[in-house]
Amino acid sequence: MFTEDINNAPALCEHAVIPPSPKEGQTLTGAQVIIASLEAEGVTTLFGYPGGTVIAIYDALYDSEQLHHVLARHEQGAAFEAGGYARATGKPGVCLVTSGPGATNTVTGIADAYMDSVPMIIITGQVVSGSIGSDAFQESDITGITMPIIKHSYLLTDINDIPTAIHKAFHIATTGRPGPVLIDIPSDLASATMTFHYPTEVDIPSYKPNYKGHARQIKQAAKLIADSKRPVLYVGGGTIISQATGELRELAERGQIPVTTTLMAKGAFPYAHPLALGMPGMHGTRYANMAMSGSDLIIAVGARFSDRVTGKKGTFAKGAKVIHIDIDPAEIGKNREVDVPIVGDAKGVLAGIVDELRKLDSMPLTQGWLAQIDDWRGQHPLRHPESDTVILPEVAIEQVDALSHDRDAIFVTEVGQHQMWAAQFLQTRRPRAFITSGGLGAMGFGLPAAIGAQIAVPDALVVCIAGDGSLQMNSQEMATARVNDLPIKVLLLNNSCLGMVRQWQQLFYHDRFSQTLLEDVPDFVKLGEAYGWHAARVSDPARLAAAIADMLAADGPAILDVRVARGELVLPMVAPGSSIEESVAARNVAPAIRPTSEEE
Amino acid sequence: MDYTLSVLVQNRPGVLSRVTGLIARRGFNIASLSVGPTEDPTISRITVVVDSDPDSIEKITKQLHKLIDVYKITDLTDEEVIERELVLYKVNANSERRHEVIEAAGVFRAKIVDMGKNTMTIEATGTMDKLKALEDLLRGYGIKEIVRTGKVSLGRGSRD
Repeated sequence: MFTEDINNAPALCEHAVIPPSPKEGQTLTGAQVIIASLEAEGVTTLFGYPGGTVIAIYDALYDSEQLHHVLARHEQGAAFEAGGYARATGKPGVCLVTSGPGATNTVTGIADAYMDSVPMIIITGQVVSGSIGSDAFQESDITGITMPIIKHSYLLTDINDIPTAIHKAFHIATTGRPGPVLIDIPSDLASATMTFHYPTEVDIPSYKPNYKGHARQIKQAAKLIADSKRPVLYVGGGTIISQATGELRELAERGQIPVTTTLMAKGAFPYAHPLALGMPGMHGTRYANMAMSGSDLIIAVGARFSDRVTGKKGTFAKGAKVIHIDIDPAEIGKNREVDVPIVGDAKGVLAGIVDELRKLDSMPLTQGWLAQIDDWRGQHPLRHPESDTVILPEVAIEQVDALSHDRDAIFVTEVGQHQMWAAQFLQTRRPRAFITSGGLGAMGFGLPAAIGAQIAVPDALVVCIAGDGSLQMNSQEMATARVNDLPIKVLLLNNSCLGMVRQWQQLFYHDRFSQTLLEDVPDFVKLGEAYGWHAARVSDPARLAAAIADMLAADGPAILDVRVARGELVLPMVAPGSSIEESVAARNVAPAIRPTSEEE
Repeated sequence: MDYTLSVLVQNRPGVLSRVTGLIARRGFNIASLSVGPTEDPTISRITVVVDSDPDSIEKITKQLHKLIDVYKITDLTDEEVIERELVLYKVNANSERRHEVIEAAGVFRAKIVDMGKNTMTIEATGTMDKLKALEDLLRGYGIKEIVRTGKVSLGRGSRD
């Protein structure tokens, strides 16, 4: 049995102590310095793609015994793979690409890591120092291009700066609120030489994240909680990053406080726990949204009141006071006014609040509130229709979940309807077992992220829940999985259309399905076979469970092309710009289910 | 209204563009900007004037704090500060009007730094109010060009 507390990642507050490098004092080329520095940081896996300005680095990599390089088939794939690796472990994902198009291809992966606070190091080659700014071949100003979507970046001009920059980059990427850091290295630096010295300490006077919550604020928070009658714990991805799930559970259980977990926090609180409300927001449960709306105290933990959670800001939880715990001071008060702001690491802050509550010897009286929520839960349960003629995507997700329950499964999603169904119906039991592109919502994320996760956790069962639109955005990475013998499983919920956009067209654009029909191309079974994957197709609901079991049992990478009903909606749904109290429509008990082969 | 932020940053390439880029991305116009190294050559001070509102300026300040190269931000808007800007005005002034312009400049303790056949260039230093008053006066003669350094501000006495 896997508990929700499995987590072997180093605490993000500390940058690991660096043991002295065996190459200390040797004369190395810049390229060798880069490799030796990555080795000194304990990196074992690099995701990348070679090109003109990084050939010297790849040459130095050839001699490394510690670094395993995963050759992507597209730099965007490499960046998402590094992201998946980081999300599965909490350790920084490292990505190496060439200048110009190599660098620009990583941009979406960087933006994704930035939005979801994922630690990542991106090393880009750059044209030779003397040519920078001359529109040289394969030159792009990647530090400039990425400026709004990156935690920090370095454009190096001196070989002697390489070790310090790499050390600082790892420190910045993994501490405070984690994020991507880019190091741009002109190719002439890689061929210069220096005496290698790797710094063991890092000091950035202008960067001192605050981990310890303010004692008075923690006291005040505890008092507010004790006095509240309708509290809700609104939990975001920061809780997982901070490894605060144990403290969260203690606070929730001691205070009998219901918990709603955002998309990024799925797995931070057990799915089936009586206090669990599931996901809030646009496709959240009705009872989570009603609880937020009716609450008198929202305790936000590592969450950012995103528009997908709050709906219309002006009407969001109007009667609630707010305690906001976040490591990033800029998040506090950004989207919602706060009564008790606490800047700090969620783990310590939550433990502090529990301590204070113990001292106060007072707990909120929430029996009535929980009964009210149970009423709402009874009236508006999370459910889906049934069919014995077509496969419903929600059913496929429930089945793959049930069939993988005896294994340590990591579910990775692409982006779209299937992602929301996965968020609604997967019974995720531990942190980092649900990996998804939340803030950026980047289609094409799932397959490469699954590859990264599988490399990070070789013994896990990694299942990518995909849609046919998203999968095609990085399907070339099927080669990466095959060549590296990664046994990832792709459950393709294939409706031959862009389901989420189609849903909006159906609900808000009068069924005008402009450019959302993808047709029956490609044949995903043949595509899988072309890449040397196990591949099968299923369209009969009676055969679904057996087909999924076959896929899960396959030796090596496998894809199951599940032909699902088109026109199935992700419900409940709060229309964009509406208050979360209003749901688009109660689930139609007999929705317009059509098999995908039917003419539109 | 105009807010004056004093931003201490690491003196290295690209930092100014990170700071100004961040302000621009939030949709705010920079009214004035001046940059230079401080008493510590590894640290530069950026004095930036932004037209904003109290809520937004707080958010901008927090976002600026997130930049790794930013040490410290002080909002000098409502503080006791010494503020100065240097402005060069090139005004129309033929021989008949020269005396008037010289007199006006004298009242504002501005200096005449150049003179052409039909123009004079005046260098003035001072607070925004004073420079505004001088500018209004000079408009009467016809200002051909203005160039300004951007405002610099420093807290008074013992405060930072």
